[in-house]
Amino acid sequence: MSDPMRIRAQAQGGGAVVRVLMSHEMETGQRKDAAGKTIPAWHITEVSAALNGKTVLTAQWGTAIAKNPFTEFVVKGAKAGDKITVSWVDNRGDKRSDEAVIA
Amino acid sequence: MTQARSLIAAACLAAAGAVQAQTSTADGIAQYRALLADGNPAELWEIKGEGLWKQRRGPRNASLEACDLGKGPGVVPGAFVELPRFFADTRRVQDLESRLLSCMQALQGFDAAAIAATPFGRGEQANLEALVAYIAAASRGLRFNLPQGHAEERKMAEVGKRVFFFRAGPYDFACASCHDAAGKRIRLQELPNLTLNPGDGVGFAAWPAYRVSSGELWTMQRRLNDCYRQQRFPYPGYASDASIALGVYMGVQARGAVSSAPSIKR
Amino acid sequence: MSILPRIRIRIGALALLAGCAGAPGPQDLDRATQAVMQNSFRAQGIATLDRLVQDEVQQACSAETPPPPARAAQLEAAQLASVQWPQDGVYLGDWREGEKLAQNGRGGTWSDAPGVPAGGNCYNCHQLAKAEIAFGTIGPSLYQYGKLRGVADPADPAAAAVVRYTWGKLWNAKAYNACSAMPRFGHQGVLTPAQIKDLMALLLDPKSPVNAP
Repeated sequence: MSDPMRIRAQAQGGGAVVRVLMSHEMETGQRKDAAGKTIPAWHITEVSAALNGKTVLTAQWGTAIAKNPFTEFVVKGAKAGDKITVSWVDNRGDKRSDEAVIA
Repeated sequence: MTQARSLIAAACLAAAGAVQAQTSTADGIAQYRALLADGNPAELWEIKGEGLWKQRRGPRNASLEACDLGKGPGVVPGAFVELPRFFADTRRVQDLESRLLSCMQALQGFDAAAIAATPFGRGEQANLEALVAYIAAASRGLRFNLPQGHAEERKMAEVGKRVFFFRAGPYDFACASCHDAAGKRIRLQELPNLTLNPGDGVGFAAWPAYRVSSGELWTMQRRLNDCYRQQRFPYPGYASDASIALGVYMGVQARGAVSSAPSIKR
Repeated sequence: MSILPRIRIRIGALALLAGCAGAPGPQDLDRATQAVMQNSFRAQGIATLDRLVQDEVQQACSAETPPPPARAAQLEAAQLASVQWPQDGVYLGDWREGEKLAQNGRGGTWSDAPGVPAGGNCYNCHQLAKAEIAFGTIGPSLYQYGKLRGVADPADPAAAAVVRYTWGKLWNAKAYNACSAMPRFGHQGVLTPAQIKDLMALLLDPKSPVNAP
């Protein structure tokens, strides 16, 4: 079971700034261990964010995204009290979903 | 988004490259650090540590909420900037890692020696690292103010100073070899002067820290361990007297520095 | 190793110190420091505990303030007397190998495999070739080292003094500055004479990138 995401959502202007810190190894599949064996790829492949249940962002991530990735985006029309849900799926089929209320 | 952001950041740095040739290397590095500062993954350890502090665990199925970090049982805010300090119950000066070992053993029934022998980032050592992150974060923004009222605390500061200047090994290195003056750097890594207060959020005031290069949270014990490795010394015992004495010396010299721990590092 | 027995031993030592009247004096603190250094380290990999045994130069330079000039001169003379000069009279090797050595910071730590040759670690502290911008500033810049000292031909007798000094400094930096921060690469067996010759070439060969315009 993966560690929870840290989501901070702040109402700003006509929308909200959402900052997400995800806990994930993001192994590229290109590194080798001390014995010379390739460490298998293990990284997030899809990310989505929803505002009050309605999808507002989808992303496809690959091997260029760093370990414990940090993401920031702005959602137009969001206001304090709205619920933001961020979800990811990785190449092993593991999933994670966390939510926060916009402050 | 992160990919786009890092691409934009890279483009900005590349465009600024021609101008950077005229300004100092330090400016370029500072720019890079500013970009990294938001979204410090150390927060993930802080959240985990808070959970571990409150969770009933170990053979005694108890939480750490009765642990005294120096400001009374269970008091977390402000404790970090007063460590290391003398504790009456163990009758010794202890740093945060050492004190957590004592509490994890006394309150929860864990084997402190076994945790001390566990490699960094694994098992209960990983849990201890999360606890360190949580406790340090609770003092972020506060100034270091190590107590020196007890004779043992004063003695450890003096011993720590001598340990700091102790030259040994095939390279004749001491901590002082790198950290006794301002304005020095090793390759492109600036070296804080640890014989005095080198500034807010720097040196002693910057650890524990998240290290981007390895994606790990390094406690002060780990930082000292790797210093001694690169000094070509033998292996320092985890939470050994030498490591605690160094913490007392550096902490006393850094009195007044604002803590930024857990910070983010290369 | 259990923590509790160490606490008991330490309390015993503390009681001894506390038994003396008033605060511990400098000699008590020096003794306490020696005890702390002994009980705080263990051997690991190639890093053995004998590394903590200080020689006279290390001891003299472990204080906050350097030793007085007369003592420093004594130490320097003793270190200089122990320098091993090249047996075949050849001082310079290959600057290309020297540059690789200067870039290489490996060797000597407990995580290094035994028997693997060490690097010189030079760029950690010094600027050398202009092309390398990732250099440290713990030591002075060595860019144009040979050129600035007028070494057009290292084999020329006119250059002999500089060549000799450079070898001596690489072999044993403390021969010229008792409390130098620079390791004693030859004296401590960190680098072989052949490796030091390659570093000599990096510094003094007019074709080396350190001296090339």
